[in-house]
Amino acid sequence: MSPLRTLRTWLDQRFGWDDLLAPLRKKTVPLHNLSYWYFLGGITLFLFVIQVLTGILLLLYYRPGASEAFESVQYIMTQVKFGWLVRSIHSWSANLMIFTAFAHMFSVLFLKAYRKPRELTWVSGVILLFLVMGFGFSGYLLPWNTLAFFATKVGTEITAQVPMIGKPMMIFLRGGEEVTGATLTRFFGFHVAVLPGLATLLILVHVLLVQRLGISIPPKLEAQWIANPSAKREMKFFPNFTLRELMAWYVALGVLGALAAIFPWNLGVKADPFAPAPAGIKPEWYFLFMFQTLKLIPPKVWFIDGEVLGVLAFGLVGLLWLLLPFFESDQLSRTKPWITGLAVFALAYVAGMSVYGYLAK
Amino acid sequence: MPTPSEGMGNAGDPLSPPVPRRRFVEVLLGSGFLATAVAFLYPVLRYLVPPKASDLGSDAVVAGHVGELKPNSGKIFRFGNRPGLLVRTASGEYRAMSAICTHLSCTVQYRDDLREVWCACHNGKYDLNGRNISGPPPRPLEAFEVQVQGDAIFVRRRLEG
Amino acid sequence: MAILRNKVRSVSATPRVGLVGLVALAACLSYGQTPNSCLDCHSALPDPLGVSQDKFSQDIHAQKGLTCVSCHGGDPTSDDPDKAMSRKAGWKGKIDRKQIPQLCGSCHSDPAYIRQFNPSLRTDQLDQYRTSVHGKRLAAGDTKVAVCTDCHSVHDLRAPSDPRSTVNPVNVANTCARCHSDAGYMKGYSIPTNQFAKYSTSVHHEALAVRGDLSAPTCSTCHGNHGAVPPGIDKIQNVCSNCHAFQAQMYEKSSHKKAFDAASLPGCVVCHSNHGIVYPTDAYLGTGPEAVCMRCHTPGDTCDQARAALQSGLSRLDDAIKGADQVLGVAESSGMEVSEARLGQDQARDSLTKARVTIHSFRTDLVDHDIQAGMKVAAKDLQAGKEAMVERDRRRVGLGISLIAIGVALAGLWLYVRKIET
Repeated sequence: MSPLRTLRTWLDQRFGWDDLLAPLRKKTVPLHNLSYWYFLGGITLFLFVIQVLTGILLLLYYRPGASEAFESVQYIMTQVKFGWLVRSIHSWSANLMIFTAFAHMFSVLFLKAYRKPRELTWVSGVILLFLVMGFGFSGYLLPWNTLAFFATKVGTEITAQVPMIGKPMMIFLRGGEEVTGATLTRFFGFHVAVLPGLATLLILVHVLLVQRLGISIPPKLEAQWIANPSAKREMKFFPNFTLRELMAWYVALGVLGALAAIFPWNLGVKADPFAPAPAGIKPEWYFLFMFQTLKLIPPKVWFIDGEVLGVLAFGLVGLLWLLLPFFESDQLSRTKPWITGLAVFALAYVAGMSVYGYLAK
Repeated sequence: MPTPSEGMGNAGDPLSPPVPRRRFVEVLLGSGFLATAVAFLYPVLRYLVPPKASDLGSDAVVAGHVGELKPNSGKIFRFGNRPGLLVRTASGEYRAMSAICTHLSCTVQYRDDLREVWCACHNGKYDLNGRNISGPPPRPLEAFEVQVQGDAIFVRRRLEG
Repeated sequence: MAILRNKVRSVSATPRVGLVGLVALAACLSYGQTPNSCLDCHSALPDPLGVSQDKFSQDIHAQKGLTCVSCHGGDPTSDDPDKAMSRKAGWKGKIDRKQIPQLCGSCHSDPAYIRQFNPSLRTDQLDQYRTSVHGKRLAAGDTKVAVCTDCHSVHDLRAPSDPRSTVNPVNVANTCARCHSDAGYMKGYSIPTNQFAKYSTSVHHEALAVRGDLSAPTCSTCHGNHGAVPPGIDKIQNVCSNCHAFQAQMYEKSSHKKAFDAASLPGCVVCHSNHGIVYPTDAYLGTGPEAVCMRCHTPGDTCDQARAALQSGLSRLDDAIKGADQVLGVAESSGMEVSEARLGQDQARDSLTKARVTIHSFRTDLVDHDIQAGMKVAAKDLQAGKEAMVERDRRRVGLGISLIAIGVALAGLWLYVRKIET
């Protein structure tokens, strides 16, 4: 027996995993002209792993605390060998991951993969999306530069708009009334402990569900294949799809490396809490669509304060988004086209508002 | 007739897979994995080794070493992104302060004849505590704390007491 | 006295101001407790007789306990104008302009008296004033010149350290300009009236009035305050040298000092002007419209050649600094760390500043010394910038290698997949 086979048998005798992994060998991926979208989930997972690895490396040199954070990031960028690479990859991968997470969500929406029995996969996925945006928001502050400081100030101020619980929420987030070194410490705790813990848990749930329930097939195709089983085309998950996913991951790695080397992430200027805010502070691009919406709402709508209305509206939309699968009928013949329409509108809105927010002064 | 070996095609049998082809793909794959693994691991391993210049944060720097300065002399050192002045007085003790003149931001220097800190631009003078004593400077120079530990002279920002 | 009484009577006779008189009377009668009856009436009178309580409370003399009678005499306890403003009580009335310096000096030149209030206050102002142009002309009978109250104000006189005082350094130029920029007022005097306009364009004005740098000069810094006299032509560099010590030292030893003195030219002012002193540029050494050397020197002579050498030295260093800055800028925006070199650039710029001071020696060898020092630093920084760019290129090569590795892996995967699927 080859050495690899000996090792596998030895491990299986102690872990007993051949039985567990058996279904995996039988797993298939449906093949159709939209199959490429199935890669997005895996790429998001890959980028998350990259974040964890580069994040751990950064943890070896980063120091949280208003008087040291900026200097420690500067130290990483300039003195630590390949520190510039680790940090730039971490920043770029964060943005790429948020993008692929959104894309993954929209592709699931359009391919209608959220239908019964996959509702919980959707729910865990949407929560993961929120967590990922939380990762972005908390991580952005950690270098403690001017842009991040004021973006955090503006962002946390918006949470205070929620009636009744808003102010306590803001104080909880900020670790006080204002954005200070205490905020930095707290965000650091969120970013490296709380959020990773929650995210890992949810990712396990999410991936487990996907493995157990198999890959979803778009409804029309599903109907066709039920009527005509011989027309069904599929690919083995292991090793065929996995190898293709590996190729996609390699491409993502190459893109990350190129971005990090050619467009290294900016260090900025150390934050000065007493300096006035620079003009035109904007949040990171993934918050732009919400930020721009809030800017467009008139100061008073009827008797309700405009910003409060905006924040509540987004909260409500988020909640409904989470529960989306439960609004759709499970019968194939009655899949409501209005959810597709809603999905198109949502995509157009998010994309359009983001561009608008980017271009607006 | 030579037996089919690793390097030659099995020309006589069109049904069996060509040997070098299979080898080629596996070699390519293996070397690809190896190369990317090295390209990934090399930077990570270099990263893990701490650099020689230790990071003391913005509050402290090593301004010099014992024996570098003679008594009654001074030198400019880098404190964060700004210049600082390290002075060794005639009696041997060290003083450190910001080297940016509070008048129009020229770099000051130590004058061993005057035993004072002096600005060449408009003849401003400061004493060894950084206090402005003559000429146009409106404010004293920010004074820093000096601590000698072993061979190194540490300069750090004064904390409010 | 009777004249004033009649005036008051005629004022109160007319129905229009009868009300004012009534109010004044009421104020006088009801306010009877304070021993300052002067203010009781005069606070209700219109200008020029009016002095409000509010205004007088700002006056430093009032704050020190002095009152109207300290200067004007009279009886402050009486409400009756005849008794209060009686010659017998020592009432002086409105002080004649020619008498004002004497009056102020009666306290301010008395060290024993002033010592009671502020022991470190000078008491030579009157003596100084008598040596000034204003003092001399006043003694000769010209009452248009400035007396104490013209500059220091009266009844709301503030200490010079008070930013609202008319003689606070930031306000002095405006105070002098009240007369000296008024062409109508200054008719008959043979001095120009454009000094304030010119000064307003100067770096000194910008430093003092805009940036609030109290070390910058205003009119009194160069002309003196109480003993104000324009500095003599041969004394100008002494005035400038109080702050610009090095330029003056260099000039003192230079060939220009001898030449200017011999030609009775006013030193520093020849090139830098007196009131409209703007930020000097390297173009002063050039041949264009701002050139100062070429106003006297002939093109082609040894001096002109020296001038050209000086100018080229400065522009060489300036270019070297800018060149290094540019490379460092590109390196920085490519993500490279060059803060050490940026700090070095500060030193190079210091050398350039020094060289521009050394120009005043008019010696090419001395200037060259400073230029060389600066060039060395700028060259080192340029080198650092270039090394940063090399490092940046090295990174791109590294990236290229890893992309090739990834490419190989991708190719291998692709072929492997094809192989297992056929």
